[in-house]
Formats: sequence, C-alpha cells, structure tokens
Amino acid sequence: MTDMLRQKLLPVLTIVAAIAVIWYGFTVYLNAPWQLDQYEKTATEWSMTDLVRDTMAHDRPVLPAPHQVVAEIWKTTVKKKVTSKRSLIYHSWITLSSTLLGFVMGTFTGMMLAIFIVENRAMDKSLMPWIITSQTIPILAIAPMIIVVLNAVGLSGLLPKALISTYLSFFPIAVGMVKGLRSPDPMLIDLMRTYNCSRWQLFFTLRLPSSVPYLFTSMKIAIAISLVGAIVGELPTGAVAGLGARLLSGSYYGQTIQIWSALLTAATLAALLVIAVNIAAQITHRMMGVPK
Amino acid sequence: MVIKADKLNLDFETNDGVVHALRDLDLEIGAGEFVSFIGPSGCGKTTFLRVIADLETPTGGSIAVNGKPPEQARLARAYGYVFQAPALLSWRTIARNISLPLEIMGLSRGEQQERVERMINLVGLDGFGGKFPWQLSGGMQQRASIARALAFDADLLLMDEPFGALDEIVRDHLNEKLLQLWKKTGKTICFVTHSIPEAVYLSTKIVVMSPRPGRITDVITSDLPDDRPLDIRETPKFLEIAQRVREGLREGHADD
Repeated sequence: MTDMLRQKLLPVLTIVAAIAVIWYGFTVYLNAPWQLDQYEKTATEWSMTDLVRDTMAHDRPVLPAPHQVVAEIWKTTVKKKVTSKRSLIYHSWITLSSTLLGFVMGTFTGMMLAIFIVENRAMDKSLMPWIITSQTIPILAIAPMIIVVLNAVGLSGLLPKALISTYLSFFPIAVGMVKGLRSPDPMLIDLMRTYNCSRWQLFFTLRLPSSVPYLFTSMKIAIAISLVGAIVGELPTGAVAGLGARLLSGSYYGQTIQIWSALLTAATLAALLVIAVNIAAQITHRMMGVPK
Repeated sequence: MVIKADKLNLDFETNDGVVHALRDLDLEIGAGEFVSFIGPSGCGKTTFLRVIADLETPTGGSIAVNGKPPEQARLARAYGYVFQAPALLSWRTIARNISLPLEIMGLSRGEQQERVERMINLVGLDGFGGKFPWQLSGGMQQRASIARALAFDADLLLMDEPFGALDEIVRDHLNEKLLQLWKKTGKTICFVTHSIPEAVYLSTKIVVMSPRPGRITDVITSDLPDDRPLDIRETPKFLEIAQRVREGLREGHADD
C-alpha cells in the first residue's frame, strides 16, 4: 500500500503541486494590470501582499486562482441540488450521457468497419480512404451542420450530439481494430489452416482474440475524444445544458471562473472515463491470461 | 504408401529472380516410418513439409498424401503439424490449446475433455492443463504443441524443427519421449532437423538435402535397433550412419 502511494500518488501530486505554483504565479501576473489601475483610480496605498491578495479575489479575473475555481466547483456540485440548472453535476450528466452513447455507437461502428475491411478486399480498397478523409474535416465545421440537418428531420437532444461523438470515436477504433485483426502470426494462421477451419472459426478463435489489446488501446483514445465531441456538439445547440453550454454561457458573460470550473470538470470526467476503460482492459486481460 | 512424391518441383518468384526451392524430388514414405529431413538452410526441407501439408503449392511434378492430393488430405485432416515455435494461443490455457483442433472439428465437450486429458498424460504435462502458455518452460510449451497435433488422432505427424530452439538437455529428453510416443502410437512421422545426432537417433530413414536448387542428395535407411537408449549414440553403428549423413551434406556443398 505504501509502495503504491510512493510509486503512483507521489509523482502525480508532485506535478499537481508544480502546476498550482505556476498557476498562482500567472494569476498574479495576469490580473495585476487591472488591479494596479484600480489602485491608481482610487489612489490607494498598496503593498506587494495587498496586490497578491487582491489579484486572487477578482469577480471576473483574466485568470482565476485555483482556489477560486475549486470553490466554484464545490459551490456548484456539493452545495447545489443535482436537479438545479446551475449544478455542475447536472450539466456533467448531460454531457456524459451523450459521450457514452456516442462512444458505444462509435465503438460498434468502428468494429464493424474493421471487420468488413479485414474480411473483404474490395472494402479494404474502397472504404479506408474515406475513413481517413472523414477525419480531415474539422469537427467544429461539421458539428453545427449535423445538429441543424438532424433538427430539420425532427431529431434533437441527445442523439445528434452523440452522433458527433460517434463521428470522432469510430476512427481510432476502426484503425486499431484493423491492425489488431491482422496481428496474428502467419504461423498461427497456417496452424488454423491445417485444421481445415472455416473463415468464421478463424475469425472468432484467432483474429478476434488477437485484436483485444489493440481494441482497448483504441477505446482509451475513443472515449476521450467522445467527450470532446459531446462538448463541441453542445456549443451550437444554443447553450441549453451540458458542459459545453456552461463554457459558452460563461464566455458570453465573461464568467471566467465558471469557464475554468467547467473546463476542469471536463478534464476530470475525461480522466475518469479513461481510467474506467483501463480497468475494463485489465479485467479482460487477466481473464485472457496476460502476465502482470 | 503414405507419401509419394514424383519429380516434384517448386519455384518461388522473388525480386532477385526465380528460386528453385525444390528440384525433381522423388520420395516414398511408408506407413509407420520415422523420416528425418536434414540439410542446411535453404535446402527446401521445410518447404517440402509445407507441400505435404498443403501450405505451399508445387509448381511441377506430383505428390500424393494417403493416395490423395495434399489439399484433399488437409481437408480430411490427415495430419498434425508441429511448428518451429510452439505456436500456442496465449489467451488459452494449455488444456484449451490442446482442445483447439477438437473444437474446430466439432467434437462433443465430453469427447474433447477425455482426449485432452489423455494427451496431457501422454506428453507428461499432468497438472499443467489449467496453466497459461507463458507459465510453462519452452520445452513444456513444445510438448503441449505436440499434444495438440496428436489430439485429433491423425496418422501422420509433420514436425518442422520442433526442438530447434531448446537446449541440448531438454532436447535429448524430448527426443527420447518422442521415440517412445512414436512406438506407442505407430504413427508416420516426418521430422525436419539440422542436427545430425538427432536425425540418426530418431529415424528409420534419413533424407539428406542440399540447397540451390533444393534437392535430395542421399536417402539413408537406418538399421539401428528399434530399442534406442540415449547411449546408443556412442556405438560404432550410430557413428557410421552419422558419418554417412555428414558426407552426404558435404557432397551437397561441393559446388559452393
């Protein structure tokens, strides 16, 4: 237990502490010009201590201090009812639900595409270029189009946002899965051939199990960009709900503390999602006898 | 006749031109024989094994396995193949690796289990059925791979340098075991090796091959007794046969 603390927690905390120090430094530096202006206008005597204290207490700072952001997160999560429109948990859930739906659809789509590509030569030649092209279009350009077009056919709410996540997340899954399905040693393919096995037996007993490590690596990338997709998808919906909406409304009203707290929440959410995929990967790998 | 090759040819097209992997191979292997193929790399010994297994297609001549073309023999699951590496599926336990061909052939669960137990016992891996491959030594992994090749009871066993990667002590031990196994089961075994003592110790017939083009330079029928303790390798008879193999190999190199 102490070993785990020393090996895992300590390095992480060291980096967090370093970031906090740098962050506080920039808070003072970036908020100082406005504060100095204020001192001049009101002809206040000031010392360095005053400056440091005051730059960390702005209502709409250029850069809020870490403790201001933490206080805001505390206020909007623990102190607010989950059902409240101002609760970060409520907004996180909105974003999380479309992230997860998009991720599941993206993983499924990516896997299906990979299977088609590996099992069919024509698909390999015709599909892969389009899959790569799809990712060269900036998501910020295509997201509003998806929302608008789907809205015109009567689809709104969760599904259009999830589709943007799907659009982003199917790609790493498809690419990783193709590589995984093609990863078995030629010797093992020869072995299966000597048993006169069918195509589907080859697929299920050899190709699919071989692709599992590749799939999980891809899923780690896919779940993180699913979250990005969900947030981007919330921006053109007119800022109703979700972390994206919090970011947008924060920027309308210059609420930098609100923006930063939404940002940190999104980052935390992404980290938790990646950890969840990681745990699923470890459980699966253990069942497949991978040495620790 | 289990295997009959007649003027068998196999050419590979490569970027540097045509490679004659097999040139005019004539060979007959009878039921219950233990035949070793020996020669330097590039002499086509592995290629010939792969032709028998229908993993390569010859470009000329004819070959019959159990009187049929190799493809039909493969479709009829006429042989078990042991590769240079154990080629075990890392996510399956030893028992489930051995049952892999049985699953593919659609045997019942009970039958699978019964056969796996018998095979594990045959190769001396009792108690290791539930282990994953990485938990076993290289020699034990190769034994598991032999058990897998024997599991579906084909009469022909094709072995491509199965003990090449193992150390000498383990190799001696497995050679002894393999000989016992062959006597017990009466299977026909084709065994690729580049070790002269291994070839002489195991075989009833030794096929000496040479490269560029891959061809047979000598076929030696061994008259060593069936009962072969390891120290038979010190006897004059053994050394005499080994000497003939060595000469055959040297002859193949005369044009170098």
